[in-house]
Amino acid sequence: MIRLIAAGSPPEENQNVLVLPNDVDALDVPLEGVDRIELDFPRFTDGRAFTQARLLRQRRRFGGDIRATGDVGIDQLVQMHRVGFSSAVLKEGQDPADAERQFARFQAFYQGDAVETAPLFARR
Amino acid sequence: MYRYTDFDRQFVRARADQYRDQLERWQAGKLSDDEFKPLRLQNGWYVQRYAPMLRVAVPYGEISSLQLRALAKIARDYDQPDTALLAEAQHKQLALGEVPVPGGAPVGTKLQTGYGHFTTRTNVQYNWIPLHKSADVMDLLASVNMHGIQTSGNTIRNITTEELAGIAPDEVADPRPFAEILRQWSTLHPEFAFLPRKFKVALNGAEEDRAALGWYDIGLQLVRSEAGELGFKVRVGGGMGRTPIIGTVVREFLPWQHLLTYVEACIRVYNEYGRRDNLWKARIKVLVKAEGQRYIDKVEEEFRQIVEVDGAPHTITQAEYDRVQACFVNPPLAPRTRQGADARLHEIVRADAEADPQYRRWLQRNVRAHRDPALRVVTLSFKRLGQAPGDATAEQLETAAELADQFSAAEARITHEQNLILPWVHAQDLPALYATARKAGLARPNIGLLTDMIACPGGDFCSLANARSLPIAEAITQRFQDLDEEFDLGDIRLNISGCINSCGHHHAGHIGILGVDKDGKEWYQVTLGGADGTDLSGPALPGKVVGPSFSAAEVPVVIEAVLDTYRQLRQPAANGRAETFIATLRRVGMDPFKAAANGARFVERETA
Repeated sequence: MIRLIAAGSPPEENQNVLVLPNDVDALDVPLEGVDRIELDFPRFTDGRAFTQARLLRQRRRFGGDIRATGDVGIDQLVQMHRVGFSSAVLKEGQDPADAERQFARFQAFYQGDAVETAPLFARR
Repeated sequence: MYRYTDFDRQFVRARADQYRDQLERWQAGKLSDDEFKPLRLQNGWYVQRYAPMLRVAVPYGEISSLQLRALAKIARDYDQPDTALLAEAQHKQLALGEVPVPGGAPVGTKLQTGYGHFTTRTNVQYNWIPLHKSADVMDLLASVNMHGIQTSGNTIRNITTEELAGIAPDEVADPRPFAEILRQWSTLHPEFAFLPRKFKVALNGAEEDRAALGWYDIGLQLVRSEAGELGFKVRVGGGMGRTPIIGTVVREFLPWQHLLTYVEACIRVYNEYGRRDNLWKARIKVLVKAEGQRYIDKVEEEFRQIVEVDGAPHTITQAEYDRVQACFVNPPLAPRTRQGADARLHEIVRADAEADPQYRRWLQRNVRAHRDPALRVVTLSFKRLGQAPGDATAEQLETAAELADQFSAAEARITHEQNLILPWVHAQDLPALYATARKAGLARPNIGLLTDMIACPGGDFCSLANARSLPIAEAITQRFQDLDEEFDLGDIRLNISGCINSCGHHHAGHIGILGVDKDGKEWYQVTLGGADGTDLSGPALPGKVVGPSFSAAEVPVVIEAVLDTYRQLRQPAANGRAETFIATLRRVGMDPFKAAANGARFVERETA
C-alpha cells in the first residue's frame, strides 16, 4: 500500500527532495543523491504524473520515495501505487479508512505496472 | 462470442462494488460532485439534459440473448423517470418547435422511456435511469458479464471491430482476439486513466475497412507481410469533432506480438505531450498534426526503450493469443434437417415468403454472405418510422433475444450503423426468420439505404448538443417511406450529429447533417462527400460544407434537392445498376449539389 501523509504535516528532516514539474521529461533529470521525488497533481484529472512516476520507477529504477502531492483523493491511490508512487499527501477532508478498502478490492489487474511488471497473462 | 473466464467475472463484480462504494461516498457528502464526476464517467454514467445517461460497453458489438434480456429488464424496470420529470422535459422539448415535412405531418419531439439505444460504437445507452439506482444497474449488468468500464471519461474507450469479425468471407484474420487482448490491457490501466482526452481504438481484420479506421485515435488494420506473417498497419491521430482529421500511418507493418508495446508507446507520448489547456485541442489528432514526424520519432524511441530497457513485458505470446482466441467460441451448428410435419410447415413458410415481393428485397438488403457457405448474416433493421434510429424498447430487445435463440445460436451483434445482426443463421431458415422478424417490425428491407441513417440522441437528451437530431431523422424517414423510391436512390450513407462532437459521424456521411446553435435557435449544416473507408464510400474523408446552415424546416427540402440532383446526373454503372450517389458526387463534383442545396433555401426563394 501507499504511505499516506496527512495534509499539513511538517517536512521530514535531512531529505534531499526533487520537486518535478509535470512538463519535465522524467527520463532527462539527474537523480543522484535524491531521496524523494515529488510529483504534483494540479487537478486529479491531469494524468501526466502517472507516466512520470512509472518512468522513474520502472525505466530508471529509482529506489527512493516517489510522493504524490496536490489534488490527491482516495480514488486515485491504487493507481498511484501501481505506477510507482510510494507516498501521497492526501488533500483535506479525506478519510483514510476509505482508502484501505480500495486496496483490498481487486485481487489482480490485467496489465503489468511498476510494481508487478509482468501482465496477468505472463503470471498465469 | 467471447466467453468470460472466472477472473473476468470476479473483476467485473469488483468493479461494480467499487462503483457502489463511490456512489455511497458521494451520497454521504464525502465526494464532491466534481470528484465523483470522473469516477462515474469511467463507469459510463453521464448526467444529461434532464436525467443521467448510462452507456453500457458491448465489446465488438457481440451480445448473447441472455444479455439482451438483461438489457430489456433494465429498460423496463430502470429506464423510467418520474412523471413530473418526463412531463417537464417533454414540455421544454416541444417548445423547440416542430420540423415540417412536405406533404406529411410535422414532427415534434416525442420523448420515449423504457428503451435502450444502439450507438455507432456498438454500445447501448439508456436515458432515464435515476442516479440513485445506478449501482443496482451495475450489479445487474455484472451478473450477465457486462459493465460500463471506460465507456466515457478521458480513458481508452471500449474497443471496436468491424461487425463481421470472425465471420466475414473477406477476412485476413479475426481481429477479435487482438481486440480482446487490447481491451484487457487497457482495462483500469493505472497510467492511462486520465489522458488529455478520450481515446478510441478500432481494429479491422477484413480486406474492406468496415471499422472506419481512418477516423480513430488508433486504427489497426490486420495485414500479412510478404513473408506471410501477421501484423498491423497502424494509423494514429484520426478523429472527428471540430477539426476532422484522418489518421496518419505510423507503421506499415507491426508484428502482432508487439501490439501492446507499440500502443503503450503511442499513448504514453500522448499522455506526456497532448494538450491539456484547451478541450478542443486535446485529442491526439492535434498532437500528431502539430508534431508530425517528431511525434512518430518520439513513439519509435519510446517503443525501443520499452523493448530494450523494460524488456517488453507486454509482448504477446503465442500461448496468450491461443488462450484468448479459444475464448471466442463458434457455436456448434448442426445441419438443418426437417421431416414430416416440420418439413411441410417449412415449405408453407418458404412459399409464403417467396410470394412476398418484400422478401426478395429483404434478401437483397438485409442478408449477407457468411464465411461458412451454409450460413448467412442477417441484419434486423432498427430504422423505422416512429422510433429513433437504433432505439429498441424492452419488448423489442426481448424479441431480438428470441430471434437470436431461435435462429442464431443465441448470439447477436450491435452494428456501427445502429442495427442488430444475427451472425449464425442457416440459409434454410431465412424464410422463417423473415416471417418472424417482419411480425416484430424488424424486417424493413432498408439496410444501407437512405432511411438506414445514423443519428445521435441530439438535443432531446444530450447536454452537449446544439440542436435536435431525432426530429430531423424522423422527418426525413417520413418523407422517404416509399421503398420503391428508396431502392431507386440506392446505397447511401446519411449521418446526423446534434453537435460538433460528431457522435452521429456526420463528417463520414455521404450526406452529413450537423446541428449548430445560432442565437439560441437550432440550425443545421449540411456536408457532402464524406467517407468512412468502406468500398462503397472510398478512403476515409470528411465531407465538405455546402454553405451557410439551414433551418430545421429547410433540412428535409434540402436533402430532397440534393437527391434530385443525383437522380438527374447519375449514369448507368457497369453492373447494369445505376451509379451510386457517392460515385456520382465524386465524378461530377460538389457544385451542382451545392447549387441545388442552396437553391432550396426558403429565404433565398422569397427574396429572389
